[in-house]
Amino acid sequence: MSAGLPASRRWIAVWRRNYLVWRKLAGASLAGNVIDPLFYLLGFGFGFATLVPQVEGVRYIAFLAGGTICYTTMLAASFEALYSGFARMHVQRTWEGIMNAPVSLEDVVLAEWVWAASKSLLSGTAVLLVAAALGLGQSWTMLLVVPLAFLIGLSFAGMGLVMTAVAKSYDFFTYWFTLVLTPQMLLCGVFFPTAGLPGWVQAVASALPLTHAIALGRPLFLGQWPESALLHAAVLAAYGLGGYLLALRLFRRRLLA
Amino acid sequence: MAGVLEAKGVRKSYDGREVVAGIDLSLARGECYGLLGPNGAGKTTTLRMLLGLTAPDAGTITLLGHPVPQAAREGRIRVGVVPQVDNLDPDFTVAENLLVYGRYFGIPDAEIRARLPRLLEFAALETRGESRIQALSGGMKRRLVLARALVNDPELIFLDEPTTGLDPQARHLLWERLRLLLRQGKTILLTTHFMDEAERLCDRLAIIDHGRMLAEGAPHALIAEHIEPQVVEVYGDGVEGWYAAQAGALSSRAELHGETAFCYVREAEPVVASVGRHPALRFLHRRANLEDLFLKLTGREMRE
Repeated sequence: MSAGLPASRRWIAVWRRNYLVWRKLAGASLAGNVIDPLFYLLGFGFGFATLVPQVEGVRYIAFLAGGTICYTTMLAASFEALYSGFARMHVQRTWEGIMNAPVSLEDVVLAEWVWAASKSLLSGTAVLLVAAALGLGQSWTMLLVVPLAFLIGLSFAGMGLVMTAVAKSYDFFTYWFTLVLTPQMLLCGVFFPTAGLPGWVQAVASALPLTHAIALGRPLFLGQWPESALLHAAVLAAYGLGGYLLALRLFRRRLLA
Repeated sequence: MAGVLEAKGVRKSYDGREVVAGIDLSLARGECYGLLGPNGAGKTTTLRMLLGLTAPDAGTITLLGHPVPQAAREGRIRVGVVPQVDNLDPDFTVAENLLVYGRYFGIPDAEIRARLPRLLEFAALETRGESRIQALSGGMKRRLVLARALVNDPELIFLDEPTTGLDPQARHLLWERLRLLLRQGKTILLTTHFMDEAERLCDRLAIIDHGRMLAEGAPHALIAEHIEPQVVEVYGDGVEGWYAAQAGALSSRAELHGETAFCYVREAEPVVASVGRHPALRFLHRRANLEDLFLKLTGREMRE
């Protein structure tokens, strides 16, 4: 591969650059991350509570909170890897400036991947705190949702970077959101158990990463130990790593040719 | 000690079209070397290869003693780059831009902060450390990009069309800063298509077109070698008739472009005397310059 060097520790300087930007705008960023899921929780949670008092043995709003945390982390990593990543790569030419220093493309892409997952961790933690403040958390196991948010972030950021690597403009990202992320929000069990869906839909859903994220996140949030935890984590990691490696190849072709 | 930057037989093709077709360069410490060429001549691709941002199809490059692209990251540790398009971080202040950029070189924060006052002074931005990038003029942004390229105290500085888009005042200030860097012993590699810029700054330059080096040397030596010393530009009503009848016989070389006849001569007197006999014609007599050489070697057709 042309000019392809393995990543070095310099990727940390690039991660810190993104972190510093976030810290300057953290108030607005976190408010956006929290307010949106908060309205889902309040609206659906209390609204549906009169129709469905209990789901799988817990209050509907607690069931919903477990799913909402997972899909919030999915969106946080996706927005960062697609829109913000594209801005830094293409619109602002930030990457170009960085790569004139002794930092390689591999360092930059690794930093973007880990940073987008860090955004998931920050957003996931914020929503977790809101849910806890509403008295929805059940036990100490909900603390494990914090590292899980990072893993979910790696998974969706890795796939999202593939889109960034081939995008010509921001408009292209609409496909990813409407064809890939929104269906997962509706089919993977954020709002209701997937058991009620037709068999073929369940089969499709079981291959999607958000299903595996929720299979881990919801029980942990509700104070149970998830079944087949390692399998679900491995699926998330495989999606993330596969996406990251493909994205790296595509970025090399785009930027180092 | 090897040269600051060495390139031998460097080539690069895209889709079967050879964009760089054999470039040889050797920069001595402390010199300012210019790459001149029309748009699409291969200047930017050459710079990208010299920095290790794209791999050549053939040839060898050594950047500050490191083979490129294999060890480009090590080579770039003592290199500063001023890109053609400003890519300052719009989310940061002036000082934050310098701080964050220094981290990419692995320089500790305390050391960068210690260098900040001198960098800001160099950029004539002493009072602007806390300004947002959007509040800076074009000239200020350019000087900040230059200061950012100095954050690692580089030995070699790449400048890709550094004064494009600047007004005359801003250009002169930037040139003054570049001469200051040369006096400090820095080596500069510059691309430009401003001939006056190249003539003022460059100790040596190469004119490149279609990926090839057409000429290389000191500006005045190149002009003396390739071009007659005097130029008379003739224009006015009836210049076409005068050109057809007189210009060829009176000049060692003459060209008609649009409504101006360019007469390249050793002695201007015969041309000036002939023009004087045609009241409708006017003329400009001047010394041959780098632009004449550039146009002779690269032609006058428009490039897109």
